[in-house]
Parts: sequence; structure tokens; C-alpha cells
Amino acid sequence: MKDLNRINNPHGDDKVNDACSIFGMMDTSGRRFGGGDIIKAMTLMHDRGNGLGAGFAVYGLYPNFPQHYAFHIMYLSREAQQEVESFLQDQFCIDLAEEVPTQPTPAIVDPPLIRRYFALAHPHRLEGRREDDYVVSQVMRINTQMDGAFVFSSGKDMGVFKGVGYPEDVAQFYRLETDYQGYLWTGHSRFPTNTPGWWGGAHPFSILDWTVIHNGEISSYGINRRYLEMYGYHCTMHTDTEVIAYAVDLLIRQHELPLEVVADILAPPLWSEIDRQGPEKKEFYTTLRQVYGSLLLNGPFTIVVAHRGEMIGLTDRIRLRPLTAATRGDMLYLSSEESAIRLVSPKLDRAWIPMGGEPIVGRLKASLPTKAAKAAVKESISH
Amino acid sequence: MTKKLAKGRGDRQVKIDALGLPYRELNALLREAVAGGAESIELTNVYGQRYIGTDLMKPVRLDIHGTPGNDLGAFMEGPRITVHGNGQDGIANTMNEGEIIVHGHAGDILAMSARGGRVFVRDDVGYRAAIHMKEYGEKKPLVVVGGTAQDFLGEYMAGGVLVVLGLTLKEGERHRASYIGTGMHGGVIFLRGAVEKHQLGKEVGVAEPDEADRKLLRTLVGQYAEYFDRDAEEILKKDFIKLFPLYLRPYGRLYVY
Repeated sequence: MKDLNRINNPHGDDKVNDACSIFGMMDTSGRRFGGGDIIKAMTLMHDRGNGLGAGFAVYGLYPNFPQHYAFHIMYLSREAQQEVESFLQDQFCIDLAEEVPTQPTPAIVDPPLIRRYFALAHPHRLEGRREDDYVVSQVMRINTQMDGAFVFSSGKDMGVFKGVGYPEDVAQFYRLETDYQGYLWTGHSRFPTNTPGWWGGAHPFSILDWTVIHNGEISSYGINRRYLEMYGYHCTMHTDTEVIAYAVDLLIRQHELPLEVVADILAPPLWSEIDRQGPEKKEFYTTLRQVYGSLLLNGPFTIVVAHRGEMIGLTDRIRLRPLTAATRGDMLYLSSEESAIRLVSPKLDRAWIPMGGEPIVGRLKASLPTKAAKAAVKESISH
Repeated sequence: MTKKLAKGRGDRQVKIDALGLPYRELNALLREAVAGGAESIELTNVYGQRYIGTDLMKPVRLDIHGTPGNDLGAFMEGPRITVHGNGQDGIANTMNEGEIIVHGHAGDILAMSARGGRVFVRDDVGYRAAIHMKEYGEKKPLVVVGGTAQDFLGEYMAGGVLVVLGLTLKEGERHRASYIGTGMHGGVIFLRGAVEKHQLGKEVGVAEPDEADRKLLRTLVGQYAEYFDRDAEEILKKDFIKLFPLYLRPYGRLYVY
């Protein structure tokens, strides 16, 4: 009989040194670049994952369709595809539907069918709802009610590419090095701990143009999930990280809270620290914990959250997972290990290890038209 | 792998280009070089390879250019490692003997469970430096951090000497670490620069260094200044506080009913 142990563990190690690995890089000048560097960085951290999930998010990805929602959908069967496509055609105006280009990669076994759709919402379907809310509810409907189909990317001018494999394999499978450019890339390699490694369970997790990659585990998953369900978010990916994507969508897009406040909700100061604050801050932090206590993330985590024009790195309050940040010119890097940053950018202006619970934020300098800016323009026109 | 073999094998001085070498192969090359009698090894293009120096068991000198991976010098027994750059997490994990000098910053859990040897870091260190560092008889690890540290400095510390100089702090800025010495039950921490009472764990007492402490500090700060080209007298002018464990078994009654 074959000695499987020698195959699975050729070096005879009795120690598994896996963890997840995360990497983010952003050109704050808005310059778009290819996937070569992030693939190199993720490949260097190969040993942190175990081949059961990897993925990438890219922003500034579809300049030819900047206003369309780009749905990336994986199908486990043709029936699922038919069901979802007739649903999409009914709910949206689809301007392009195609297979996501992939290439045969030896290490990628049994991939699902992966297609993408560039879609606009039919105005008459909105029925007074905001377009984003409408899209969220349609994504939730597909993911909860249609068997064998998962929407894993649904934002504008961005996309998620993920699957089961090591990051270098997943990147090769999706042809990320040659086919795409963006101003912001995040990458993740998975070492699944509590939940199975499957295509939908790979990071990044995403809703609209929010993406989250995560190293750690969310022991507050149950309470976070139940809270988010009250707002129409349904967890379908069997992985704790999913709640973070929905939490940031709720807090930033729907409740319009600034990012720094969101960090104080997800990784709040400890009560002992709140007690030492002046009356105003004390009331502020106490209020946040009373209102949003159910979104506090308990357990060890390092996350990189991204959306249009912005990348945020955050660790849990007592920093039980690693994060190194670095800058070089207009570039901001976030990584599980500094060596991965140095590999793609040996000379850095600054490399540092942020304090736990303190967000590191990269923003595009030349601002993309944001909601606030658009609102300001509207106001200036209406007056 | 043969094409990457250390140049001048069997020589006392060896150079290894580590670019693209997986950590197991790199560490195998190091073992081979040391077995061949190398006394000094220069490593270039090191990017994230783990466990460098772990199993060399000789007082060989390693010069590392690049960013060595996690657990640099873990369980180390003898080598003297100089890192010309920043280090990552787990440097000197359970080190027994030898020396690690980092010309930059270091990540989390520096000198975790170390039981001997010396560590000098020029700049800041991350969370939980010297966590559960210990000592026994003649074995006593010495750790000097030139900058400041993040939270849980000296957590559960059981022995050895930890010095934090605060040289990266601005004038009037205090250390930011909280939970300093939480659960500490052995060894000693010397802090240069201000901390508030609430930053300290409940298990540590505060004292002024006595004459023997000052002598030890002169030696360690002198060594730090020599390695990183600083002025020891200038560093020693500022006051140090000494943190010591109040209890031998701080949680002795925690789970006793």
C-alpha cells in the first residue's frame, strides 16, 4: 500500500507551519499595473497556505464597463447556469455575458464553470430602492435560493478571482499576470481551520465592490451573522470571513460611517482603555459598543478590506495575527510578512508594524467620483 | 540544488545567494557549509526563509542581507547572526546559546521562551517581546531593544534580562505598550523613558535600578552602542525604571477552588 504520509509530508515534518497569507498593494496615484508583483509576493508566502483556497481582488479592472455591475458567478451545473441566467436577464440589462478566461493548470482540479456578466439594473425594477440595495438583494437571492450557483463578485470596475489551489496556481488559472491591470490588488492564500476548503470559501469575500481578505478566525461569527441577517445579509459561503464583507457594506455604504469609526466598531478599544478616556470620547466609545456591539469581531484577525479607491489594513486589538505596512512613492503595501514586500519593492520609504486595532488606510489621491462628491455636485447644481 | 551550492565549499568563509531557495534547501546548505568547516557565512538575497541558524550547533558567524523569515535562530545553539535589515516574527524563539543582532526592527514574539544567548535589536519590536523568556543557573538570556515595544512586553516572563531603550520615541513621548509584564514571575525588565502606571501589568513592581543593575545596564547599553554606533553615555544619562515580578506564582490560585 502506498505510504500516503510520505506524499503528504515529504520532509517528515511533525510541525505544520501554515497560517493564511495576505497581501495588498495599491498605487494611490491611480496608475494601473499588472498582477506580476502580487503573484510573486503571494508565491513567496506559499508555505503559509495549504492549497485549499486562494484568490485575488483587482480594482480599476474593467475600464470599458465602469458603470456596470460585474457579476462573477461560479456554477456547479448547467441547470444552475440556466436558472441564474434567465433570472439575471429578467432583473438586469446584460450588456456582455461571457466565460471568465481560464487556462488549464495542472494543480487546479475540477473547477466549476465560471462566467461573468456586465449588467445594469432595470430602472423600473428598482421600485424606489437604491440600485446598490437592489443588487445586494438579488445577489443574496441567487446565493440562498438557487442551488449550485454562487455570485462571488458583484462590484463595479472591480473583480474577484478565486478558487481551490495555491495562489500561484489560481493566478495562472485565471491568467491574472497577463490579462488584467488595476490600481489596487489584494491576494490571499488559505489555511482552512474551521470550515471546508471549497471554491466559494476561498478569499476574498465580496459584496458590491467591497472585498475582504482575512487571516485568523472570527469567534463572534454567530452573533455577527445573526445581526447582519436582520439587515438582509445571508451568509452562504460557510466561512467566518463573509460576515466582515457584509459588516463593512452595512456600516460604510448603508450607515455612512467613516472608516475610522468602523475600525472602532470592529476592533474597539478595551473597556479598561475606554474608562481612561475623557468624558466625550468615553461616551462615544460606549455608544458605539452599545449600538454596534453585535458587530464587534472577537478572535484573532488581520484583514485587508478594499473598495473603490481605498485599501484598509486592520488587526485585532491585541494583534494575534501579523501585519506589516510599507510605502514606496505612491505605493502602499500590506502583508503578512515584510519579506514579501521587499521581494517586489526592495527599497522602501518606510516599513512598519502597526499597533493592533489601528487601521492603515490607502486612498487614491486623484479622487474618483465618490458618492459624497457626486452629492456635492448635485447640491451645487440644484442651488 | 547543486547549482546553488555555497561557493568555496570547505572554506572558512562562504557566500550563499539565497534568491529563490526554499527554506529547507537553504538550511541544508548552511548545515553543509558548517560541516565543511565554515566559520563565517554571508547570505545575500534572503527573502522570508524560515529557521535560519536553527540547527547549526557551532559558533559560526552569519551575515544576512535581506529579510529573513519567521523563527530566525529558533532553538539556536551557538551561531552569531547579524541581520542587515529588518527581522520578522519569532526571532530567537527558544534560543539556547548564541547572539542575534538586528540592524532594523523586529516583529512579534521576539525571544519567545528564550533560555540563553543575547539579542540586540536596533529599532522597535512588535507584540509580546520576551514572552515567557526564562533562565536557569548560568543560562540567562539578555535582550536589548533600542526602540520601543508594542503591547504585552515581557508577558509571562520567567527569567532573563529585557532592556528597552526607547530611542525611537520623540522628546516627551512615552512608550505606548500596555500590559507590560502581565503575568511576569521571573527575570527583570529595564525601561528607559516614561510609562504610566496603567500600562503595567498587575504582577510587576517598579523600582529604581540599584548599583548592580546599573553595572549590568552599562555593559548592555555599551554593547548596544558599539553594535549600532550610538553614544552609550548619552543613552545612560536618562533614567531607567526597573520592573520586577511581585509574585513567584501570580496565578497560583486562579484555578484552585
